[in-house]
Amino acid sequence: MPRKTRLRKVVEPPRFKGYRPFGVNAKNKDGIDLHYEEYEAIKLADYDLMNHKEAAEIMGVSRPTFARIYESARRKIAQALVETKNINTVYGNAIMDKDWFVCNKCHARFNIPKGMDSEKCPACNSINIESLNK
Amino acid sequence: MKTIITSSGKGEDQLFDLRFGRAAWFCLYDDTTDLMDFFENKHIDAPSGAGAKVVEELIEMGVNKVISGDFGPKAKDLLEKFNIQMVILKDDHKSIKEIVENFKS
Ligand SMILES: [Zn+2]
Repeated sequence: MPRKTRLRKVVEPPRFKGYRPFGVNAKNKDGIDLHYEEYEAIKLADYDLMNHKEAAEIMGVSRPTFARIYESARRKIAQALVETKNINTVYGNAIMDKDWFVCNKCHARFNIPKGMDSEKCPACNSINIESLNK
Repeated sequence: MKTIITSSGKGEDQLFDLRFGRAAWFCLYDDTTDLMDFFENKHIDAPSGAGAKVVEELIEMGVNKVISGDFGPKAKDLLEKFNIQMVILKDDHKSIKEIVENFKS
């Protein structure tokens, strides 16, 4: 039975908008799109050191699906390193649990929970904040 | 409003601790009294689930906001469920006092 592409849960958005190689002739401007869920797969498996079963559960996908996302993420990062390409993070099929924001003044990242109607940065009170869930 | 900041030690001159569940100390700042309180993390050596255990304690204390460097998935789920705001700061060697001054003003 064919399954619809499910939205995957991303626990925490990446803390960067992208990565750029340095020390290379930067003529090649095209980058690689790393999806949020691919970033998350790498984080859970290789940073939080979870096994694939735990990581799949957290992301709300089956183990084979997790393995596929993880594989894709590794290949993209390897390609970016070898071919000295930029890495851009794009939204992909991921949903965020809640709205996450970044402060453009102090670079704090934060969520705004239900019932809190604040439009400013909780670390520096700047109103120059931007949603990460674009 | 009660804010928790993860701290590497006791006292407002101590540096911010990036870890959450395994932070050395916590600073509780209450803006109604403008006082800082420090308490040690008793779950620092827990074999697993330190973050979740810390969150349970914070819920009992009625905390509204937590400032740290990272949150584990379980801690994050719990904080979200109890509508506690998460604030993630980078490590730029700030003291607890500096962090509090930044959001107080
Ligand atoms: Zn800010």
